[in-house]
Amino acid sequence: MSNILVRAANGAADWFNERAPGFMPFYRKHMSEYYAPKNFNIWYIFGILATVVLVNQIVTGIWLTMNYKPSAAEAFASVEYIMRDVEWGWLIRYMHSTGASMFFIVVYLHMFRGLIYGSYQKPRELVWVLGMFIFLALMAEAFFGYVLPWGQMSYWGAQVIINLFGAVPVIGPELTEWIRGDYLVSDATLNRFFALHVIALPLVILLLVALHLFALHEVGSNNPEGIDIKKGPKGNRWSANAPADGVPFHPYYTVKDTFYVGFFLIVCAFILFFEPTLGGLFLEHDNFVEANPLVTPEHIKPVWYFTPYYAMLRAIPDKLLGVATMGGAVIILIFLPWLDRSPVRSIRYRGWLTKLLIAIFVVAFVCLGWLGLQSGSTVQTWAARIFTFYYFAFFITMPIWTRIDATRPVPQRVPEHD
Amino acid sequence: MTKRLIAFLLAFSPALALAASGGALQSSQINPNDTASMQRGAALFMNYCAGCHSLGFQRYSRMAEDLGLSEEEVMQNLVFTGANYGEPMLSAMKPEDGEKWFGTAPPDLSLVARAKLGGADWTYTFLKSFYVDESRPSGWNNTVLPGASMPNVLWEMQGVQRPILDGNGQVERLEVASAGTQSQAEFDRTVRDLTNFLNYVAEPSAAKRRSLGVWVILFLSVFTLLAWLLKQEYWKDVH
Repeated sequence: MSNILVRAANGAADWFNERAPGFMPFYRKHMSEYYAPKNFNIWYIFGILATVVLVNQIVTGIWLTMNYKPSAAEAFASVEYIMRDVEWGWLIRYMHSTGASMFFIVVYLHMFRGLIYGSYQKPRELVWVLGMFIFLALMAEAFFGYVLPWGQMSYWGAQVIINLFGAVPVIGPELTEWIRGDYLVSDATLNRFFALHVIALPLVILLLVALHLFALHEVGSNNPEGIDIKKGPKGNRWSANAPADGVPFHPYYTVKDTFYVGFFLIVCAFILFFEPTLGGLFLEHDNFVEANPLVTPEHIKPVWYFTPYYAMLRAIPDKLLGVATMGGAVIILIFLPWLDRSPVRSIRYRGWLTKLLIAIFVVAFVCLGWLGLQSGSTVQTWAARIFTFYYFAFFITMPIWTRIDATRPVPQRVPEHD
Repeated sequence: MTKRLIAFLLAFSPALALAASGGALQSSQINPNDTASMQRGAALFMNYCAGCHSLGFQRYSRMAEDLGLSEEEVMQNLVFTGANYGEPMLSAMKPEDGEKWFGTAPPDLSLVARAKLGGADWTYTFLKSFYVDESRPSGWNNTVLPGASMPNVLWEMQGVQRPILDGNGQVERLEVASAGTQSQAEFDRTVRDLTNFLNYVAEPSAAKRRSLGVWVILFLSVFTLLAWLLKQEYWKDVH
């Protein structure tokens, strides 16, 4: 009996492979024979977590669109309809809203991992740049998605963000009108943002994620030591030509990641089931009030993941300069591979100067995020200016301090894994 | 590291909620599992609030199901508008009339407990903070929402509050000038019941959310433990 089953399975596999000869080589290249350094630590889980969240957003998003109405007259009520009358609608909506914030948490941590271990350095510049394009697309995706519930903060947030484009010289006012499709944020705006949110940007993000992974698998993963395992000795248990310090991604990292994904889902479940608004951070109070073009909320602020940049915008008194600062703060990250001139990758082999400056950078970024949530007193505005200055100084002077900072010699072999 | 990450995630939620309320709001101390309290709150709402305010997203049938009431109980005691059992809890007052009579149409209260900073505490404190102010068209003002168009519909129970002004003519605190039918503790309970009901209406799925959450986390914990054991098994000979 079992013999018949085995033969049938083998027959089916042969049938498939004859007709799709590229499949097994693809699987081997990206999974069973993709040799990842054996010493990944916890900082290396955020890529897989971002993928998990991406899948969650797509699947829950499909179900949300089944009941959501992208019209100014019905959008707000349709979200409440999902929360109350649709079977499990509240769960799907909270998975989507919690997922949005968790996406930014894991992406920020993923980017920070790249910063401390020099993952963007040669030959992984393309991986970093593609990742930054994903980040840009994700910001657009999050912004469009935030407008859809058509609450007060959706409406006025959209108003503020779109008006930023009005700072563009000459064509500014026409540009904002073109984006909105109306003289003010309206039904037409909501309709097009819905289209961009549910199909245009998800396609772009999926394509970029695929490119990000292919680019990574060409050059191989970095690791906390910053050691190039491909340049080290060859030959491990699985292959004579593979790097000695590598392990096959599948099954080693698939089982390890399964554990971390489980752990991550527990954290998500705590938020989703017991504090889905996270004290007004993930879902804001004002967004439980339907959009009203005649009533401006007392304090317009974006969701927490945009607040570091929003704080920079507000800190600059000139509108055009403020917008340029805000945009520049994101764009400058793309150039990180060429700003870092250190001969070593990992922070483990760099001197105290790098460690100190990165630590202050973290403080500055978190403080900017906090300041962006506040109403903006004089003291707060000055603090935001100082942190904004540091943010840019950190990157602009990076070619200098990465070169003068002391480094320690990087060993050839990866020590025991963590 | 992971521990620190969790601690971080858990730590900043209550801290933020506390900072947001500004300390001026009183804790509502509602118990969302106290069905009797929510039932009393529903009765209070229908008798004192529903004349002007709708709960446009809440259906009578859903309320009955969640608060353990029968269709007869709801239809006989809580429906005053001739609405059907499955319909939303709309006020009999037309918004146009409300605008004419109060200057602004009384808002729908389906989401009021989620829409304000401080959540249910806002509702609780707001309902307790009316005072006599002859300069207002309704004769009432409110320290939580100064200039509110709403009169104090609960005054018979609470009594009449008058403001004690500080040196700058600002309201420092409120004092009961003439007692109502309820003692202060009784009135606190009345407002707490009403707040509990509105808090339920703002998110009717909340009870199910919390009870399901326990099982989801238990399942994920077992899953994660098994995944860890599997990982250990695979990695034991990687050095």
